[in-house]
Parts: sequence; C-alpha cells; structure tokens
Amino acid sequence: MLRKLFVVFCLLSLFMSSKALWALTLNGAGATFPYPLYSKWFSVYKEISGVQINYAPIGSGGGIRQFTAGVVDFGASDAPMTDAEIKGAGGDVLHIPTVAGAVAVVYNLGEEGLKLDGQTLARIFMGEITSWDDEQIAKLNPDLRLPKRKIVVVHRSDSSGTTDIFTNYLTKVSARWAAKVGAGKSVAWPTGIGGKGNPGVAGVVKNTVGSIGYVELAYSETNKLPVVAIKNKSGKFVLPSVEGATAAMKGGLKNLPSDFRGEILNQPGADVYPICGLTWLLVHQNQVNEEKKETLKSFLRWAVTDGQKYAAQLFYSPLPEDLRTKVLSTIDSIR
Amino acid sequence: MIKGDTIFRKISFVLALSIPLLFCGLFFVVLWESRLALKTFGFSFFFRSAWDPIKGDYGVLPFIYGTFVSSLLALVIAVPLGLGCAIYLAEVTTTKFKEWLATMVDLLAAVPSVVYGLWGIFVLGPIFGFSLMNAGVLLAIMILPTITSVSREVLQAVPESLRESARALGATRWETVRLAVLPPAASGIIGAIILGLGRAMGETMAVTMVIGNRPEISLNLFAPAYSLSAVIANEFAEAVSDLNYSVMVEVGLTLLFLSLVVNGLARFLVWKTSSQGRIQ
Amino acid sequence: MENIESRSYSIRKIKEQLFLGITFCAAILAVIPLFAVIFYILWRGFSSLNFAFFTQLPAPVGESRSGMANAIVGSMIIVGLGTLLSLPVGIFSGIWLAEWGKGKTGFLVRFVVDVMSGFPTIVFGIFSYILFVLTMRRFSALAGGFALALIMLPYITRTTEEMVKMVPQTLRESALALGLPEWKVLLFVVLRTAWNGVFTGIMLAVARAAGETAPLLFTAFNNNYWNFRLDQPMASMTVQIYNYAISPFADWNRMAWAGSLVLVFFILLITIVVRSFSKRVSYG
Repeated sequence: MLRKLFVVFCLLSLFMSSKALWALTLNGAGATFPYPLYSKWFSVYKEISGVQINYAPIGSGGGIRQFTAGVVDFGASDAPMTDAEIKGAGGDVLHIPTVAGAVAVVYNLGEEGLKLDGQTLARIFMGEITSWDDEQIAKLNPDLRLPKRKIVVVHRSDSSGTTDIFTNYLTKVSARWAAKVGAGKSVAWPTGIGGKGNPGVAGVVKNTVGSIGYVELAYSETNKLPVVAIKNKSGKFVLPSVEGATAAMKGGLKNLPSDFRGEILNQPGADVYPICGLTWLLVHQNQVNEEKKETLKSFLRWAVTDGQKYAAQLFYSPLPEDLRTKVLSTIDSIR
Repeated sequence: MIKGDTIFRKISFVLALSIPLLFCGLFFVVLWESRLALKTFGFSFFFRSAWDPIKGDYGVLPFIYGTFVSSLLALVIAVPLGLGCAIYLAEVTTTKFKEWLATMVDLLAAVPSVVYGLWGIFVLGPIFGFSLMNAGVLLAIMILPTITSVSREVLQAVPESLRESARALGATRWETVRLAVLPPAASGIIGAIILGLGRAMGETMAVTMVIGNRPEISLNLFAPAYSLSAVIANEFAEAVSDLNYSVMVEVGLTLLFLSLVVNGLARFLVWKTSSQGRIQ
Repeated sequence: MENIESRSYSIRKIKEQLFLGITFCAAILAVIPLFAVIFYILWRGFSSLNFAFFTQLPAPVGESRSGMANAIVGSMIIVGLGTLLSLPVGIFSGIWLAEWGKGKTGFLVRFVVDVMSGFPTIVFGIFSYILFVLTMRRFSALAGGFALALIMLPYITRTTEEMVKMVPQTLRESALALGLPEWKVLLFVVLRTAWNGVFTGIMLAVARAAGETAPLLFTAFNNNYWNFRLDQPMASMTVQIYNYAISPFADWNRMAWAGSLVLVFFILLITIVVRSFSKRVSYG
C-alpha cells in the first residue's frame, strides 16, 4: 500500500515538474519596500514570458549581502550601495531605479489626522517624547484629543532600505538625531520594538495601541493604517501619497547623479511629501551566463516601461519619461 | 561468513561513531566561523550590552538576559503545573482517564513552534503585548509536556517497595508521596526541570514572534526584549558585513554552549534516577 | 488521648484532600492550553481553508486565488530528504548500540544522541548553512534536508536501539542455530521483528521534523514557485506560515491559520496513530 502511494507521488511530482523544468528561473532578494509591486510584476511577467522570478523579501541589507555573495542573480534595495559595498561585490554593480515610494509614518491611536514636523518626529523616535499628550505634539495638533498614553515606537529589526530613507530624513531635519543616532540601513535605536520587514512593522503597529512606526505607503494603504501628515520644506503638512512622491521625484531628479544613486528627501514644493525615496534593482554589468543576461535585460526593460503602469494603483510613483530613457540606456550596457 | 560479520560490525561502528563526530564537527565549524568576532571583541562580547551594526559594536548580554528570563518565567509557571500533573498521573489516578490525560499533555509537544507563535501573536498579544511576559507564558505551555512526562517517568522509576512500606505504616497518599517517593526521585525531577529549561532556552520561532525584538535589558516584564535564538532567526541571513556574519555565528556559539551545559546537566541528573535516559 | 489522636488524623485527612485537589487542578490546568490552542486553530483555520489552498501557488497580496500547494509538496520533499539521510545512520547506530554498545564509546554515543534531541534546532541550521549554502553559493533543499536529518537522527537511533534490545534472545539463537551468519540475523531477523517499533520511531521523527521552521530559514529558504530541484531554494509549510503570520495582510494571516490547521492535523494524526500502534507492539 505504501509502495503504491510512493509511486503515485513520484508520478505526480514528475507531472508537475515537467511544467517547471523548462522555465528559466531567476533568483533575487532584498527590499520589502517595493515588494507588493514586484510580486505583481513577477506574476504578470510570468504570464507574458514564462520566466519565473523568485524573490525573497528579506530587507535591503540582506539583498545586498546575498547579491554580493553571488547567491542571487539580482538584489533589490532602497538604500544605494556604498562605494565600499560596490567594491566588495566586484565593482561592476549597476543601480536600476524602478519606482519611487513614500515612507508613511503610521500610528495606532483611534484618532485620525495627526500632524507632526521633522523635529518632533525625531524626538519621538529618540525616546525624548514619551507620551501622546506631550505638549510638543499638542502644539501641532490643537484640534485633536490626545490621550495620556505611552508612545510605543516601532522600527525595523532587520537591515532595511526603508530605515535608511527614514533615518536620512531625520538626520536632515534634526541635528540632535544626526549626532545621537545617525542614518543607515540599521541603527542603534534609542527606543522601541523591532518588526521584521515592512510587513512586520505594519503588523506590530496594527496590533499595538499607542504605537507609531514607519512603513512604505503600500503597506499603510492596504492595511488601512492612519498616517501622519508631515510638515514639508515649504511649511505645509502633507499626507504621504503617490502624488506627493512624484512631486518629490521631480524636484530631486535635477540632482540625481548619472549612476542613479541619489536621494529625494525633503524637497521644496507645496505638494511634496518629504520622506520619499527611490528603490533600485542591483545587477552586475558583466554577466557570465548568456541566457540569464538576456532574460534579465528583457525583464528590466519591461519593468521600466510596461511595468510602470502597475505602479500607481499599488501606491508607488512611476519613473518620469526622461528618467526612463536614461535607465534604458544603462540597461543596454549590461553585457 | 565471518567476514560479513566483521564488515557489518565495522560499518555500524563507524556510523554510530559518526554521530559524536558530527557533533564535534558542528562545534568546531561554529567556533571557526566566529573567529573574527572572537578576535574583535574577546570575552567582553558576552558581558556587554550593545547592538549597533552601523558602528560595528556588538555585545550579547541583552540576548542572554532575554533567553534566561523568558525561560525562567516559563519554569515558574510550568513546574508547579507539570509536577502536579505528573504526581497526579503517577500516584493518584489509576483509571483510563490517566491514559487519556497523559496523551493530551503529550500532544502539546506535537504542535509546531511556529503555530504556537501564531497563536501567541493573536491570543496572548492583546493581553501581554510583545514582551518577555508573552514569551514566558507561551514557553510555559510549550515545555509543559517535557516536564510532565520526564517527571512522571522519574516517579514511576521509584521502586514500588518503598511505596508499599509507607502504606503498610498507614501513610496517606500525600504522606507516601512526600516521604517515600519524592526524596529518591528528587534529583531526577530537578533533571526534568532543567530539561524543560533547556527546551525553553532553545525555542526560536514562538519566541521571535512575540518577544518584541528589542536588544535591551529592562526589569519590566511587560517590556519588549530579545533572545539569542530570536536574533539569529531575524538577522542571520541578512548580516551586512563579514563582522556582522561572524557575530551572528558567535551568537549561535553562545547558544550552543549554554544548551550544552544545561542539557548535559539535565540528562546526567535524569539518568541517575531512571534506569536509562529517554528521548523526549 | 482520643481527642489528640482524632485531631491529628483530621489534619492528615485535610492535607490528603488538599493534595488530591491540588494535583487534580494542576492536571486539568495542564491540559487546558492544548484545547485552547487546538480549538482556536480549528476555528480560524477552517474558515480560511478552501480548495485553492491545496492547488494554487502563492499569489501577490490581495489576489484571492492564492495557496500553499508548493509549500505542502516542498515540506514533503525536504522531510523526505531528511529521512533518507538520517535513516541509514540512525538504524545502523541503533543496532550497534543495542548489540555492542556497552562500553565507553556506547556511553559517549548515547550521551551525544540524548543531548542532540533537546538542542536548539537553529544551531543545526547554522551548521548546514556553513557546510552547504556557503560552499554551494545558494540556498538549497539539500541544505534544509541535512539540517532536518540532524534533528531526526536522535529519535531514530534511540528507538532502534530500544526496539532491537527488546527482541528476545531466543529468536536470535534459533536463527543462528539454523546456520545464518550474525549480520544476516541482525538485519533480516532481529530488525524485521523490531521493525514495527522502529517504524514508529521514524514516524515520530518525521512528525517532529515536519514542524520545524528555524533550521529551514536560511538553508532551504523559500520559493514562490514549483521547484523539485534539490540544489535550489524550496518552499516549506512552516516557513511560509511564519512569513504569512508576521505580515499585516489579513488574507495572508488567514492562509497562515489554514496552513497551521493542515500542519497540526497532519502531525497530530501521525502522533496519535503511532501511539496507539506502539501499544500493540509485543514480542512472543
């Protein structure tokens, strides 16, 4: 009886694997920031081309590490690789920007409409403001009823590009933050609980009353978490949105270097949401496997052109036309 | 024919010996991969509180604290319950109810750690938040079967003659247990408790999902914390530098060493009392 | 005189009742968590279980036709691999311990086996990562299978030893008297007789390995598609449940509950069947 079951199992797996055997698989790993969009892209692209792209959302730091170790074909990160990291990966790393996204500050308080500015935000995440009814928060929110409740800060427990974007913003707007904590994919958080990946942080905030955290816009929207309106450089309180991120991108692109490793934080403009960032796919310019090279190039080209139409509905800002042309020529340089 | 025998015996011997050899191999491999971290931090690694991947500063004291406190918390809850249950099963009931009860408690051990974690997030989370307390209560449920079944075995290994002599003198069941059964079983029961401690210390998934992942020592049991196994689960695959990777392996080494001491001690104590050690 | 005696007897009686009451309460309290956990899983899991769960691949967030089909098959493959790797070592070691393991080496092997059975399984994952993932420069089902094999080994070894020891000496002697060489007696007579018991040990090891997550996190890793190659990352139920459990998306959480239900059902089924099976094991 057992033997019969075993034979059936083998035949079943053979049947199912026959479909799998002839499809080329690409392996990638990295940021959770763009994961909702990427998973949509991989699913659609598989329908179009039959190529399977396997992606592990382990955070930007993990993506860079696995890419450097050669364990994956491409990496994904919202924090650009440093010169030292690029050297460690062989020196021929290309950063392909895919979309821009907003980092929303989410909170769980039962009240909607919270407003904060950069300095107050920094003080909360430094643990200097500990209660929701603190006067510094009340000053910015005169029409909200703030309870006397302990603030539970939620940050990332893994190495994250989203953290990089968020802490770089705090470094720009708060000299105290810059001195005490600094910026990076992983920092020594003065206070708070750690969540794993963007989903982890969203999950913790959702389940913890009185908490505040930071996640990519897609996560706050799909989970219907209340978001904070942040005071931008022009003095207006702006909610995170696709339009806010697109405005940030327009402003920041003027200063974008030719290898695309730049930031678009705290841009001037009335509609700009100040905490935004680009996200990149990391590939080697020199490819070893001919078949993989062609597949990679085709996918990247598709992502930067046809794929862009999925961005806005999933809460990401598509790349503007002039940037797309530059990115396409970079993709062509892969050999 | 004799040749077949010696070959068979040799093969079996080699395979049996491969087990301790594999284990030593594990120890040395882990030691070797932590050499960078060991060289950089030396012994202070185990006694400092630090976790700053940017500056490259690491100290695992908060994790050791979290591992120990959550496990001790689990013991505080699970030992009275488990021991009481074991005494009940070994000394009090004699009916079919006993077998059913024993099976129920054993089935607790069959539920995977990740499922306990899932349950902990949604059931214990609203009560305890993400904290040491949450992890402690969850771990208590998970080590209950270990403490109960090993204690029960230890108690059953006490010779019946001791009980009979007590009963012959007119002792009640409580007095029999207190005077004739517990004293000889004492070291075995302590072994069972330490075994439970070892299990709790090694638990990974359930703890990671409810402990809050904060590398900080706080005396408040409702504050978030971190444990050795939880930080490996979260951050091992994502180590961002060679030093970070070596540190993660060294955390594994710390866990290995602590488990070895605790499990070794427990097994020794349990062996002394029951006739031979058993897999739990 | 009479008063003192009856008074001290009443105190003893009270203590006795207290004792019986407390231990009974402890026993009941010890069982309540099992019901709390199982019923909660049944409740949350049943509502999320559907046909798609067993046949579909994981889909992007928000799409309804999503399932864990590849994770179910993946778990079977990885656990199967672990069984394949640990079975020969476990059985031969068990036989050796039963027949020739009385000295210092036997003590060492038994001690290591016992310690390994309670070990933090994530350390086995680290070992497998260093041995396989780093050298092969990729995550693989093979690395996952090796880690699980290390976890299963103690169970198989110890059960084999105990079951072989229980085979009566008379059986061996009759077989030897018929002219069979010792090794054939061990393999084809003794082991075959003990097989029922050994098989239960194997099934318990399988149940244990099927519930492991930590050692697979950075060895077999995960995979969103069908994969049958042992040198590529492979999905498993436990890792997938973990990823879905800690995510904020409600439909992913639902799949985590469904997956938990299926996994717990499978493991409990094996455990219960094995227990009732082993009660019928006896030797003539």
